[in-house]
Amino acid sequence: MLKKFLIAAAAATLLWSGAEAAEISGAGATFPYPIYAKWAEAFKAKSNIAMNYQSIGSGGGIKQIKSKTVDFGASDMPLKVEELNEAGLVQFPMVMGGVVPVVNIKEIKPGELKLTGTILASIYLGKVTKWNDPAIASLNPGLKLPSQAIAVVHRSDGSGTTFIFADYLAKVSPEWKGKVGVNTSLEWPTGLGGKGNEGVAAIASRTDGAIGYVEYAYAKQNKMTFTQLANRGGQMVAPNSDSFQSAAANADWANAPGYNLLLTDQPGKQSWPITGATFILMYKNQAKPETAKAALQFFDWSYKNGGKMAEDLDYVPMPAKVIQLVEETWKKMTGPDGKPIWTSSAGM
Amino acid sequence: MSDLATRISDWDARYAGWARTQNVFDRIFRVGTGFFAVLVLVILGGVIVALIDGALPALRHFGWTFVTSESWNPVTENFGARAPIYGTLVTSLIAMLIGIPISFGIAIFITELCPPWLKRPVGVAIELLAGIPSIIYGIWGLFVFAPYLQSTLQPLLIDTLGEIPGIGKLFAGPPLGIGILTAGLILGIMVLPFITSIMRDVFETVPPMLKESAYGIGCTTWEVVWNVVLPYTRIGVVGGIMLGLGRALGETMAVTFVIGNAYKIQGSLLAPGTTISAALANEFTEAVGDLYLSSLIALGFILFVITLIVLALAKFMLIRLERRTGT
Repeated sequence: MLKKFLIAAAAATLLWSGAEAAEISGAGATFPYPIYAKWAEAFKAKSNIAMNYQSIGSGGGIKQIKSKTVDFGASDMPLKVEELNEAGLVQFPMVMGGVVPVVNIKEIKPGELKLTGTILASIYLGKVTKWNDPAIASLNPGLKLPSQAIAVVHRSDGSGTTFIFADYLAKVSPEWKGKVGVNTSLEWPTGLGGKGNEGVAAIASRTDGAIGYVEYAYAKQNKMTFTQLANRGGQMVAPNSDSFQSAAANADWANAPGYNLLLTDQPGKQSWPITGATFILMYKNQAKPETAKAALQFFDWSYKNGGKMAEDLDYVPMPAKVIQLVEETWKKMTGPDGKPIWTSSAGM
Repeated sequence: MSDLATRISDWDARYAGWARTQNVFDRIFRVGTGFFAVLVLVILGGVIVALIDGALPALRHFGWTFVTSESWNPVTENFGARAPIYGTLVTSLIAMLIGIPISFGIAIFITELCPPWLKRPVGVAIELLAGIPSIIYGIWGLFVFAPYLQSTLQPLLIDTLGEIPGIGKLFAGPPLGIGILTAGLILGIMVLPFITSIMRDVFETVPPMLKESAYGIGCTTWEVVWNVVLPYTRIGVVGGIMLGLGRALGETMAVTFVIGNAYKIQGSLLAPGTTISAALANEFTEAVGDLYLSSLIALGFILFVITLIVLALAKFMLIRLERRTGT
């Protein structure tokens, strides 16, 4: 009796594992987790391929893919080409988001205040300390700015948001580049650190004269007082999905090896200057071509059918021409037999 | 006669058999409990080894400057632990300054003065405080407590204590709401239940006879507490305080939310700072680069050492106390 039961159980396990063979595992950045989870759910309903994503942070994602415990890693910070080649990895952008400055000044409404990158850098360097500083006032002739101290708020946790923000400041301010630099955490010259978007938002929203930076989705959903920002062409733009798309479309992806490109300070009349993509990391030579193919199918499906879902969650889908480029890159990925894993999305 | 003898020897044999089985069980029990006790040591040893192993690259790279330097710069990979160490010690000190007297008051009230019907509700409330997850303290601290302090206690401190030369420096600067003082206050609330419940338990072990004799010769409640209850229970009291201090030193989430997370040592208690555990919670997930990660692990190692020193000091204090009173 017991024996029979054991055989049945073993058979069930086998069958079960057979059905679950197509499971993709990934780990990394927390910023895209909500949209990856949503895509995974929708993709599973269609293809019966499950995707298991652990949002352990970009650093963890890079570590996990390098130790080959996951099928793909995810990072908000693109790896350099040398590092990719050394590890035998390919990298491609998956989805985008924007970072927006938010302020808390009495009688100033969302989108009213205009700032430039240089001023933003000066504020975060602790050099511009009052809201009625001539540099700010001359940009905003119509606004009544108080003689109030600026309370600078930044992220305290290591974050891709900080990385993108700092990258922008470094591009527009040589002083920022020299003194502070770019990373997921920084040695901040001034200000208070809040944990997560919610921490920054909480401090900024109850400190008069505060300025902070949060992910666009967070600013929008919480109706925070975002500012306009001058882009590379000197044009004042407001943050929205059009201005993020514009930044991505105008970026020179074709000439960025390994897609190592941050979308900050991109050309284009409508481009929002602090835009960034989040990246996927996979091995160029795959030991398990079946799983790798399933993962690529998932990414392909998400590129082509996930745009609406991404916009619902205030992410920005990749422009079609970037997707084309990425899928060309996929053709270079090979299995153990040297044959390419991905020929075209038609195979699905 | 022989019948009786066989019955006795029969009984003897059976008893011996029973005793043998008992013996075996006894031995298994001893080995089993011993194994669990040793397991704790093995786990502790494993943690120490892992911490040292992880911290070694950073400690070797920076040497002593890791402890003395105030710079924490992930960009240039220049790391120093002085600001987090300072923040850890100062917030824990504030927590103790607030937690110990209040806990003492609560414990004395419950054991000596409380009407019997109130004993249980107060006791249960204290224990419930211990059951609140620390993230809840953090969120409450950030959204409720810090704004409240910003508009009430902090301006008051700045206007009064802040004006006094000398200690005024501790209360200088704008009222930001969050900062070292706020973190210390929240820690003070968080350690209350731990210290209180241990104090209450040990106060209840004082033999009623001792207290009654003291009352009998005309002592006031305060005199009984100070001269009878406290000397009788001081080991337990110190133990409770140390448990609370250990909790304060290592508390992570609640502190991370309200301390302001600045790697700077500023004179004022109202200024933002950071602690070791807050630094770890903030940066571990996104730390890329071996030296960065190793420096974070080294921070963890330092926290471990601080806790060890605190425990050793407590033990040492107890031994000296015992010697002095000759018990």
